[in-house]
Amino acid sequence: MWVSIWLAIVGLVIGIGIGLNLPVFLPAAYAKYLGIAILAALDSVFGGIRAALEEKFDNLVFVSGFVGNALMAALLVFIGDRLGVEIYIAAVVAFGVRLFHNLGVIRRYLVGRKNETV
Amino acid sequence: MTKNRIHWALIVVGLVLGLMLSTQFRVQQEKVYSSTVKRVQQLAQEVESAKVERDALRARVQELRTELDRAADEARQGKLRTELDNIRMQAGLLSVKGPGIEVVLKDSNAPSQPGDNPNLYVLHDEDLLKVVNELRAAGAEALAINGERLVATSEIRCIGPAVVVNTTKRLAPPYTITAVGDPDTLIAALEMRDGVIATLKFWGIQVTVRRVPEVVVPAYTGPTTFHYARPFLEEGGN
Repeated sequence: MWVSIWLAIVGLVIGIGIGLNLPVFLPAAYAKYLGIAILAALDSVFGGIRAALEEKFDNLVFVSGFVGNALMAALLVFIGDRLGVEIYIAAVVAFGVRLFHNLGVIRRYLVGRKNETV
Repeated sequence: MTKNRIHWALIVVGLVLGLMLSTQFRVQQEKVYSSTVKRVQQLAQEVESAKVERDALRARVQELRTELDRAADEARQGKLRTELDNIRMQAGLLSVKGPGIEVVLKDSNAPSQPGDNPNLYVLHDEDLLKVVNELRAAGAEALAINGERLVATSEIRCIGPAVVVNTTKRLAPPYTITAVGDPDTLIAALEMRDGVIATLKFWGIQVTVRRVPEVVVPAYTGPTTFHYARPFLEEGGN
């Protein structure tokens, strides 16, 4: 468990390091899509942590959720932009609610009151 | 084996997430920086360099003027000298003093009625133009607004809240117009019945006219170069 978390953190730090020193730049127009993708990815990460705490972590579900959610979220926002519907608000709300829900579950596990409902 | 796979997956996920986060962070940073700070810095730099250039040019003008003065001194040969002085006075290149008047114009203090156009109660370039025109017609020999000499090429133009004179000089109310000339004639011209002052006072604009025994009108400091006009000597003329 702890080994996994440390590995993930190491990966995160390396990724940030690479990203900050990357010579290429993302055009500002795509910032919105990346932002939504990040939100989806964060949602998957917290979902994964929660699943790990509940001891039903599935690697395939985790990775596919991470990649798939991020891509789908960005794609939906893109389609929304084409159609003139601000779908990204829906994405922000949906992912945000789940994120905080998962955080709440994780917190309860960490303080050792896992059987209380959120 | 599965344990290993999970570890690799975690590393990759962390890596991708970190990459995304840092990229987004940089984009956002750049967005804020480029749209406001960068532009402001750029403009400030431009202003600074323009100021330096202006100061240099001003110093050069001063230098050339002193040179001209020296050359004029050398040509101190009675008639020529007087004529030069006369012409320079006419052109506004010399400060002049003499009897005259001082007109101070301030925005209206009359309470405007609801529905009234507030523009009518504010001083405009046109009001200044009318006063200046009247003074010229009454024989004013030298004119200045807020210490800025009016010469033959001077404009009086509205630029929003202020009035610009001599292309670059912004003037803000209250406006003080100084004129050298016969005080009685000048005052009479302004205070004519239904004249300029009467019209301005109708809108509540505060006008004070003062007789000054010795008013000083400063010299014109702007450029005196002609880009297009050339002297044209007609036959039989001078």
